[in-house]
Amino acid sequence: MNRVASTALAALGLLAFLGIWEALPRLGLLNAALVPPPSAVPEAFLREVRSGIWLAAVLSSLTHYTTGLLVGSGLGIALGIAAGMSRIFESATAWIVRLVRPIPGLAWVPFAIIWFGVEPAAAVFIIAIGVFWIVFFATQGAIRGVDRDLLEVARAFGFRSAGARLLKILLPAATPGIMVGLRTALGQAWMAVVAAEIFGVPGVGQRMMQASSLLATDIVLVYMLTMAGLYGLIDTLFVALQGWLLRWRA
Amino acid sequence: MTGEPLIEIRGLGLAYERDGRRTQVLAGLDLTVGRGEFVAIVGESGVGKSTLLRVLIGLAEPSAGTVRIVAGERPAALRRLAPTALVFQDSRLLPWRRVIANVAFGLEWAGIRRAEQLRRARAMLDLVGLGDLADRWPHQLSGGQRQRVALARALAIEPDVLLMDEPFSALDSFTRESLQDELLRIRAATGRTVVFVTHDIDEAVYLADRVIVLTGHPAGIGAEITVPVAQPRRRRDPAFADLARQLRSELSRRSSEL
Repeated sequence: MNRVASTALAALGLLAFLGIWEALPRLGLLNAALVPPPSAVPEAFLREVRSGIWLAAVLSSLTHYTTGLLVGSGLGIALGIAAGMSRIFESATAWIVRLVRPIPGLAWVPFAIIWFGVEPAAAVFIIAIGVFWIVFFATQGAIRGVDRDLLEVARAFGFRSAGARLLKILLPAATPGIMVGLRTALGQAWMAVVAAEIFGVPGVGQRMMQASSLLATDIVLVYMLTMAGLYGLIDTLFVALQGWLLRWRA
Repeated sequence: MTGEPLIEIRGLGLAYERDGRRTQVLAGLDLTVGRGEFVAIVGESGVGKSTLLRVLIGLAEPSAGTVRIVAGERPAALRRLAPTALVFQDSRLLPWRRVIANVAFGLEWAGIRRAEQLRRARAMLDLVGLGDLADRWPHQLSGGQRQRVALARALAIEPDVLLMDEPFSALDSFTRESLQDELLRIRAATGRTVVFVTHDIDEAVYLADRVIVLTGHPAGIGAEITVPVAQPRRRRDPAFADLARQLRSELSRRSSEL
C-alpha cells in the first residue's frame, strides 16, 4: 500500500469513527447528555475560549507540565549519570531504588497535598516523580551502555578525569538513549498533569472536574481533545529536536 | 637505529589477571627506537603486539621494567599533551562529531584557543587529503577515509611518536596500498617517529626502516631486521620480497621451537 492510500484510509477511518459517534446519540441510542456528539465540541470550545477560561487553564497546566518535566528529568539525568558512572553509587542506592520505585506516582498525592497544599507545587511534585524514574533508568542504562572503545579514545588522548570522560564521551554517546527516555517521560508527564489537577490545582484537570460535576460533558470533551492536541504538538516538536540533536546518526 | 634514542624500553613485562589466572603477555622486552625512525612490529595474532602499543600510549600499566619516552621539541602550546598518539585498527571516530571536530579532539585542552585547535585540525585534514570533507559526519565516510581522519586526529597533537595498531588491516587491498603510500609521504614530510604494528609482513618491510618480530609466550623480541632500502621506495623492489621471505622463515622457525 502506498503512502497516499494509507493516509486516505486513515482519514476514512477517523471520519467513520466520528460519524458513528455522532450518529449514536442523535439516533437516541445513547443519552446525548452523557455522550455528547462531536458536533457539540466546536461551540463549547468557543465558549470556553471567549470566557478566557480555556487559555488560563491551558497555560496553568503547561506551566505545571514544563516545570515538573524540567525538575524530574534534570534530577533523573543527574542521578542516572551518577548511577551509570559509579558502581559505588549504584550499589549504595540499589535497594532504595527497589523500595521507592514501585510506588505509583498517584500514591504520592496525599503527601503532595500535605507538603505543598493544593498548590501548583503539589502538581509539579507529582509530575516530577513520574518523570524522574523513567529518565533515571534511561540515563543509567545509556551511560552504562557506552562503547568502552570510545572511552579508550579519550584516555589515549589524555582525557582521564571523570569530568572529561562525561563531557567528551559519555554524555554525547548516551544522548540517543536519554532522548528515548525523555520522550516516554513527555507522555507520562501529560497523564500526571490531569491526575495532579483533578485534586484541585488550577488547570485543565481541575476544569474538567468542575465541568463533570455540572454534567457539562461537552466541556469535558473540549479539554480531553485539547490535551490530545497539545500532546501531539509537544511530541512533534520533541521529535524534531531529537532529529536535529541526533543528526549525526546514519 | 638512527638518530638519538626517543623510546627506551627496558625489561618490560606485562601480566594481567583474569578469573584468578595470571597471564604473562610480555616479558623481558628491550627496545630502543630512534628519533625519526619507522619501526614495524610483527608477530602472530595474540602475541602481544597491541599490548605493547597500549603500554606506550598509557592504556596498560607494565608490571615490570621501564618505558622512557624522551620528549622532543613541540610547539609551546602542545607541550603539555601526551607524547604519543595512537591510530586504532577500527578508526574509532566519535560519531557525534563532524570530521573537523574529530581531528581537533586531542587538542581540546585549556590554553589552546578554539580557533587554534581548528586551524591545526584543518591543516592536518589537508595533509591527509580530506580538506573537503571537514563538515561530514563519520558515518558518511568510507573505511579508507575514516582511517585517514583517525590518522589526522593522531597527527594533530604533533606527537613525538605516532603509534599505529594494524591501521590498514580492515581495508581492501587497493585502499590499503594507497594509504601505505600516503603514510610514507606524510612521514617523509613530517619526520614523525612511527611504531607500526601489523601482522602483514609485506606491509612491514615496505613501510619500515626496521622490523621487530615478537615471538613466544610471554612474548619478547625474537628477531629484528633492518630494511636497507632508501626512501622513496618502489613497492615492487625485489629487496622487499627477499626480506619478507627471510622474516617468514624466521617466524615459522621461532614458532616451531615453542
